[in-house]
Amino acid sequence: MKPEIRNDERQPALSTLDKAVLSRYQKNFPRTSRPFLTIANELGCSEQEVLNCFQRLKQEGVISRVGPVFNHKKAGASTLAAIAVPNEHLERTAALINGFQEVNHNYQREHELNLWFVVTASDQDHLTTVIGNIEAATEMKVWCFPMVRPYHIDLGFRPEFD
Amino acid sequence: MLASTLKPDLEQVPGRDTPVELVDENTGTLSQLDRQLILLTQEGLPLVSRPFEALAKQLGTSADEVKARFERMLASGCIRRIGAVPNHYKLGYKANAMTVWDVEDSQVHKLGQKLGTLPYVSHCYLRPRQLPEWRYNLFAMVHGKQKSELNACFREMTEILGDACRAHDVLFSTRILKKTGLRFRGDR
Repeated sequence: MKPEIRNDERQPALSTLDKAVLSRYQKNFPRTSRPFLTIANELGCSEQEVLNCFQRLKQEGVISRVGPVFNHKKAGASTLAAIAVPNEHLERTAALINGFQEVNHNYQREHELNLWFVVTASDQDHLTTVIGNIEAATEMKVWCFPMVRPYHIDLGFRPEFD
Repeated sequence: MLASTLKPDLEQVPGRDTPVELVDENTGTLSQLDRQLILLTQEGLPLVSRPFEALAKQLGTSADEVKARFERMLASGCIRRIGAVPNHYKLGYKANAMTVWDVEDSQVHKLGQKLGTLPYVSHCYLRPRQLPEWRYNLFAMVHGKQKSELNACFREMTEILGDACRAHDVLFSTRILKKTGLRFRGDR
């Protein structure tokens, strides 16, 4: 099994509405009975246009979802983790790691520690168990770098559109 | 061995939040309904005209109750924000690097906060060193449209950290192998 590769080079063209939605609604998504209508009124278009816009952005992968961003720390236990994998085992090991539903990010990076992933579990015991299971499955040491303190709160990202 | 790399860091750092189950600071625990709501929305809200009503139906409650719970989880910090979650890559931000810095402990809080305010830094965290193999304690994710653009960012960060920084490294990402939303097990 090959690991899923998501480095799609294609970059979709964004409309004025797409850009407005991306700039203004990474936070403060309206909590009204018809939030897309609220957005439509704020942007001066129709509810259906806004719904279509979000659906298309999601389909094209410009956004991964519209919804709550949970604080891993308060909503469970998580850690950044890394493994130093010899190149010849990289694909197999990446696939093994990705097979864990508790792994929600996995990046290959240019370093001796070349696979970096985030493990999230409902509590600390479960997290420790999963790390152990990943070590057993990959037969490699997993380095854990749990967050001690954040210096930046992710409140969305301000893209500069060309 | 591994246990000693995981647990002591979690226990020795004073004043850090306790790693917890799905716990709310005020009430001590998240209700069953909160958990169900998290499970139901971690892949996003339904993109329909009345999303809160649709969620309420699935949970056997009212749309007002669903909205009230979101407000409460936002207020407690369990939810950071509600909105569109963009994919940096698809927006043309294809260069991404994890920068790691060995910063003097006495200055890391002050300097970490400075790095955290830089526009190109999306995350900035204090994390445990793993001596002797891993000396870095400050991690900052940097995003740009091109790799060349990031060099100016690294220079600025180096200047900000000054003498308090003894060494640093830059780990460019070469591939995204997996990227999904936060997932909790639904069997609890």
